[in-house]
Amino acid sequence: MTKKTLEMSVGVFMLLGFAAFVYLALQLGEVPFLKNNDSYIIRAEFDNVAGVKKGASVQVAGVVVGDVADVRLGDREVAILALRLENGVKVPTDSIASVKSQGIIGDKYIQLSLGGDEENIDPGGVIVETESSLDIESLISKFAFGSAQ
Amino acid sequence: MTTAAIEFKNVHKSFSRKDGTVQRVLDGVDFAIPTGKTTVIAGGSGQGKSVTLKIILRLMSVDSGEVFVHGREIGGLRGRSLEMLRTQFGVLFQGSALFDSLTVFENVALPLRERTKKSEDEIYEQVNNSLAQFELEGHEAKYPAQLSGGMKKRVGLARAMQLHPSIMLFDEPTTGLDPVMTREIYHLFADTQAEFGFTSVIVSHDIPKVFNLADQVIILNRGVMDVFDSPEEIQWSEKPHVQEFVEMTMGKIYQSQLEEK
Amino acid sequence: MITDFLAKLGNTGLYVLTDLGRMTLFLLQALMGIFRRPFRFRELLRQLRFIGVGSLAVIFFTAISTGMVLGLQGYYSLNKFGAEGMLGSAVSLTLIMELGPVLTALMVAGRAGSAMCAELGIMRISEQIDALDCMAVDPFRYLISPKFMATIISIPLLTALFDVIGIAGGYVAGVGLMDVSPGSYIDGMKTSVTNHDIWLGTVKSCFFALLVVWISCGRGYFVQQIRGAGFGAESVSRVTTQAVVLSSISVLVFDYLLTAVLL
Repeated sequence: MTKKTLEMSVGVFMLLGFAAFVYLALQLGEVPFLKNNDSYIIRAEFDNVAGVKKGASVQVAGVVVGDVADVRLGDREVAILALRLENGVKVPTDSIASVKSQGIIGDKYIQLSLGGDEENIDPGGVIVETESSLDIESLISKFAFGSAQ
Repeated sequence: MTTAAIEFKNVHKSFSRKDGTVQRVLDGVDFAIPTGKTTVIAGGSGQGKSVTLKIILRLMSVDSGEVFVHGREIGGLRGRSLEMLRTQFGVLFQGSALFDSLTVFENVALPLRERTKKSEDEIYEQVNNSLAQFELEGHEAKYPAQLSGGMKKRVGLARAMQLHPSIMLFDEPTTGLDPVMTREIYHLFADTQAEFGFTSVIVSHDIPKVFNLADQVIILNRGVMDVFDSPEEIQWSEKPHVQEFVEMTMGKIYQSQLEEK
Repeated sequence: MITDFLAKLGNTGLYVLTDLGRMTLFLLQALMGIFRRPFRFRELLRQLRFIGVGSLAVIFFTAISTGMVLGLQGYYSLNKFGAEGMLGSAVSLTLIMELGPVLTALMVAGRAGSAMCAELGIMRISEQIDALDCMAVDPFRYLISPKFMATIISIPLLTALFDVIGIAGGYVAGVGLMDVSPGSYIDGMKTSVTNHDIWLGTVKSCFFALLVVWISCGRGYFVQQIRGAGFGAESVSRVTTQAVVLSSISVLVFDYLLTAVLL
C-alpha cells in the first residue's frame, strides 16, 4: 500500500508539472496557429514601422486575423512588412494598412481597414495604401512648439 | 611462509594541522597480519589506529611505503579492482554505521542486493538465517534508531558477514557497551571466527578485554608500531614508548588481570 | 605581522582552490553516477516525492502570493500611465523569466537542499558513507545521483507550476480585485510572452536545480573537510546553513549572469 502511494504521488506531481509546462508552451508561447497551408502572405510598404516587431498582430476591426511574419528594409528606404493572414480573410485592393498602438505606450499592431473594391489582393500581392507609425516625439513637439522643425 | 593477510612496509602518513605543524601519524611502520589469526591493534586515542584502518581499506592513501593485502599491493588499485579489494573485507564500524533509513532486514540485505545477483527469495532466506544466527529474530522490521547499542553491533556484524569476507576489521568494537554486552560481543566474534575462519583485525583501546582474543598484538604509539606475539610480552618490553603506553593505558588494571590468571 | 597576514591569505586561497576542485570532481562523479548500473529507480521515486511532491505546498503559497502582489503592484504602477492593459504581460513575463525560476530554486534550496545536506552530513560523520565504500557500493550511484536527477527533474516542473499559479494569482488580483478586463489580461499575456521567454525560464530553472543540488549534496558529503565547521552534530548544522546560504547566493548571481547571456 505504501509502495502504491509513493508511485501515485510522484505520478500526480509529474502530471501537474507537465500540464503546467504544456499550458505555458501552448497558451503563451507562439505555437504557430497559422500554418502555411491555411494562411497566405501579402506585403505592405511603409515609410516608418518603428515599434512593429515580428509576431505583432494584424487586426481587422479589432479582430486578430494574422500576424507580422517578417520586417525588412526594401528598396527606396521603405519598410516592407510581410503580413500572414488567415485564408478566410479577403483583402480588397483598395484596403489601407496602418500601424497602430494599444494605448500610448502599448504594443504596436497592424490595422487593416478593408476597402470596397470587388477585386481582392492575391497571395504575394502588395497593399499600396499605408499609414506609418505615429511618431509620438514629433507629435509632442508639434503640439508644444506649434510645428515640427 | 604463507603470505600475510595484510602487510605494511615502511608506511608513512602525516597530516598538516591547522596551526601549520605536521603531525606524523605513521612514521615508517612495518608489520604483517597473519592469515586466519586475530590481531589486535592497540594504541591511545589520536595515535593513528583509525588511519591505519582507513589505509587498509584504501579510504585513505599513504604518503610513502607499501601496503599489501593477500600479497597484492593496493596503492595503485582503481575502479573494479578496488571494488574487488573492498569486497574481501567485512568492516564493523565504531558506531555500527547502519543506514538509518533502512530496516534491520534491509541493512543486512543491502550488500547482497547491491553486490550479488541473488534472487529476492535467496536473499530473504540468507538474511533470515544470519539474523537468526546473531539472535536478531523478530527485529527485522525495526529501524536502527530503535535498537540498543549491542543489537546495532550484531546487525553491523551480520551485514559485514554477508559477502563472506576473508578479513574482518573491527573498529573499537566495544565503545559505548556495558561490560556484560562487551563480553557477549567478544564471544560472538570468537564464535563466528571459528565458524568462518576469517582473519580478524581488532582496533581497540580497550586493551585488557581484547587481549584474551589476540594471537598477536600490535602497539601503536607516536607513529611507531611494535609487534608482540602474545599479550604477556608487552609488559616485559624495554622500549621506552611501549612502557609509556603500558603505563598510560593499562596501568594497574592490566597488572591485576594478569595476577588473577 | 605582515608575513602572518600573507600566510593567512595564502592559506585561505589554497583552501578555496582545493574546495573548488573537490566540489568540481564531486559534480563530475555525481553526473557520471547517473549512468552507472544498476539504476535505483525506487530511490529516484522517493527523492522525487520528497523534493517534488513535498515542495508543492510551499510553491503553491509562494506563487499565489507573488502573483497577487505582482498583480496589485503592477496595477498601481501601470494605472498611472493608463496602461492597465499591459498587466497580463507584465505579470506573466516577470514570472516566467525571473521570479518563477529564482523563487522556486530558493524555496527548494531551503526545504530540500538543507535536508539533503544534513542527511549526507550525518551519513558521513556516522561512517555510513564509508560503510558503503567498504561494501564496494558506489555512494554516488547509490545515494547522490538519484538526488541530482530528482532535483533536476523537479525544479523545472515546480517552476512551470509556479508560473501558472502566479499568473492565476495575478489574474485574481488584477481582474478580480481591481478592474482590469479579463480579456486584456489574458490577451496581453498571450501576445507578449514568446517561446524564447519560456525557453529562457526553463534553461534557468534547470541550471539553478543543478546549482542547488550540487552545493547542498557537496557540502554534506565533505562535511569533515570544510574549514571552521567543527566536529560532530555541530559541523552538520553549520555546513547545512552554509549550503543554503551558498546555494541561494549562487542562484541569485547566476540569475543575473544567465539573463545577461541568454536574453
